[in-house]
Amino acid sequence: MHVSKSGPESAETRANYCCVLERMENIKRRYSLAGDTMTEYVSTTPGLYPLPDWAKDDLSDLKGHQKHDLISGDEGEEITTAYEEAREEVIGVQQDAGLDRIVEGQLRWDDMLAHPLAVADAVETRGIVRYYDNNNFYREPVVQDDLEPTGDVADELETAAELAAADDLQAVLPGPYSLADLATDEHYGDEAAFLGAVAEFLEGEVDAFPEHETLFLLEPSLVESAPEDGQDERASEAIDRVASATDADVVVQPYWGALEEKVYAHLLDADIDAVGFDFVANQDDNLYNIQEYGAPDDIALGLADGQNTLVEDPEAIRDRTEWVEGQLGVTDFETVYLTTNTETFYLPYGKYVEKLEVLAEAADLAEVKAA
Amino acid sequence: MSNENKDQFRQPDHESDHFLLTTVVGSYPKPKWLNRAKELYQDDDHGFDEDDYQEAKDDAARLITNEHERAGLDVVVDGEMRRNEMVEFFAHRIEGYEFNGPVKVWGHNYFDKPSVVSEVEYDESWLVDEYEFTAEASDRPVKVPITGPYTLANWSFNEAYDDDDELTLELADLVNEEIEKLVDAGARYIQIDEPALATTPDDHAIVGEALEHIVADIPDDVRIGLHVCYGDYSRIYPEILEFPVDEFDLELANGDYDQLDVFKDPEFSKDLALGVCDAHVAEVESVEQIEENIKKGLEVVPPEQLVVSPDCGVKLLPREVAYGKMANMVQAARNVEADLDAGNIDVERGAPTPADD
Repeated sequence: MHVSKSGPESAETRANYCCVLERMENIKRRYSLAGDTMTEYVSTTPGLYPLPDWAKDDLSDLKGHQKHDLISGDEGEEITTAYEEAREEVIGVQQDAGLDRIVEGQLRWDDMLAHPLAVADAVETRGIVRYYDNNNFYREPVVQDDLEPTGDVADELETAAELAAADDLQAVLPGPYSLADLATDEHYGDEAAFLGAVAEFLEGEVDAFPEHETLFLLEPSLVESAPEDGQDERASEAIDRVASATDADVVVQPYWGALEEKVYAHLLDADIDAVGFDFVANQDDNLYNIQEYGAPDDIALGLADGQNTLVEDPEAIRDRTEWVEGQLGVTDFETVYLTTNTETFYLPYGKYVEKLEVLAEAADLAEVKAA
Repeated sequence: MSNENKDQFRQPDHESDHFLLTTVVGSYPKPKWLNRAKELYQDDDHGFDEDDYQEAKDDAARLITNEHERAGLDVVVDGEMRRNEMVEFFAHRIEGYEFNGPVKVWGHNYFDKPSVVSEVEYDESWLVDEYEFTAEASDRPVKVPITGPYTLANWSFNEAYDDDDELTLELADLVNEEIEKLVDAGARYIQIDEPALATTPDDHAIVGEALEHIVADIPDDVRIGLHVCYGDYSRIYPEILEFPVDEFDLELANGDYDQLDVFKDPEFSKDLALGVCDAHVAEVESVEQIEENIKKGLEVVPPEQLVVSPDCGVKLLPREVAYGKMANMVQAARNVEADLDAGNIDVERGAPTPADD
């Protein structure tokens, strides 16, 4: 049975009978006890939230609209305060919605998934380039020296940890393959060496993280610019390296389609807890991959569309979850994460809030149904 | 060789035998006072009402149309003084759209990306008033830029249609209806703006199909242009030559014509509205530089098929820079026309010959 890996409990906790009882209650609530299977349905998101509208206005005024106005990692007090307030708000939104995992929100990530590199010393940010096939743009990060972890993401997570319990806290990072794909290398000189350096960089970032329950590694590039022969194995090794830096459950979430068979097969070799599947963009190929190659004990289902304002019914998400499980002929996943397929910064703020509420409710419905 | 469709826009006092039609893509920097007027209008505590704001927009449209005339352009626009953003403006006028708040484009640049929540329908006219006002304010021919259906569909959230292609074609029918009304009002030059095509170039087939809907029953002598910017043109050429349009308006100066060869083979069979000024560099190119850029166009098409324009809308430039670019562009075109008349220009056109090893 999959039990929370939130780390060894303290002696104090073990001695505290009340807490144990509470924990048992919690476990009963979280796990369906029907038959032999006990699937936990966990509502969560891949992070990278839209800023609340007031923060869009305030930060526009404080920072400006141009390329050189974007986050550098050493922003001043006023800007920091605005982000703190916005962070508190989006953590509150998640808690009010009843999400099982709480993310920091990645509101400072002006360059989206390229953010961790954009604030690194060895990186020069150049022109504005397109973010995958979206009408969104980020600064091209050009690596010019040995990459050193910055602790930037760890600092964000520390502040989030003050507002959310450690066993709810979910860290979010770009996967090494996507981060390398979004960047330009002018230092390492060789694709394999660069991917290795990015993995080591991310490993260092994770090392600095406070205690967290789950780590989502977002890997859209595994779909959007699929690794070729040899590259696919290296991508898996790079992911393994980052995943091994944490005791938390690691979910690798590719999106905007399904992985090519070989890429998926290699990904399963990495020591990760769950793979995410974008069922909004592609059902058939994702099902095929799972049927053909299996899946880890945990699975993340991207069932709510992170890029469309149409808000799904919680019942529909629950039904789609059952449909996927039914198609696979297995119902013994230990954990099923219910999530949007993509980041949610594409959405107007109000719709993003609604999406979170739907995911939380869908997870509750799935548990009730399974029980 | 003549080009009747293009020659209808030749000014009676045009001096050269050759005619390189000069025009702009559409948007132009708004006078600061117009933005201020908008703020006053949106401020509930202020007495500046709708009529006052309308008057301000009319004044601005007249002013910028005149600024285009002063620069010497053969075909003018009003600088899109009444429009806020290229999708928003139309979405507000089409039944079936709803607004839910701003979304990020990059950094702290946002737009009110609308959602299509029900069947799109034609309601009030979008641009006839704008066209009639501009035509009244100018003696020159007026071009009407319209955001294309593919961009209107792709830069919206689609909640109502099974897929974006279906939405694109529905919107194309509405654009067609609007163009019919514009033509009835006297418009002779329509430009369809499809910047979204650059982001998803593999979709050129649906853009072509949408254009068939757009031009249905529009008289042949009405000039239809298609503006595309920022893309890998090799992924849409030569397929776009099949599109039912008279002219392609392309951004090429920004990339220093590094994609020019794409259009040399096969032969460019439409009119080429060549971007000869960079819309994203706030320095006015010299007349000589622009003359060289215009000659780049002559490597692709003969003078009869060449139109001269900035790369893209210039609304993000300082106003004096935008004006300077237009004025120099017109001067450069007139100089090249004179040189062509005098037989002083010898540009080899067509496919680049492979270098000998």
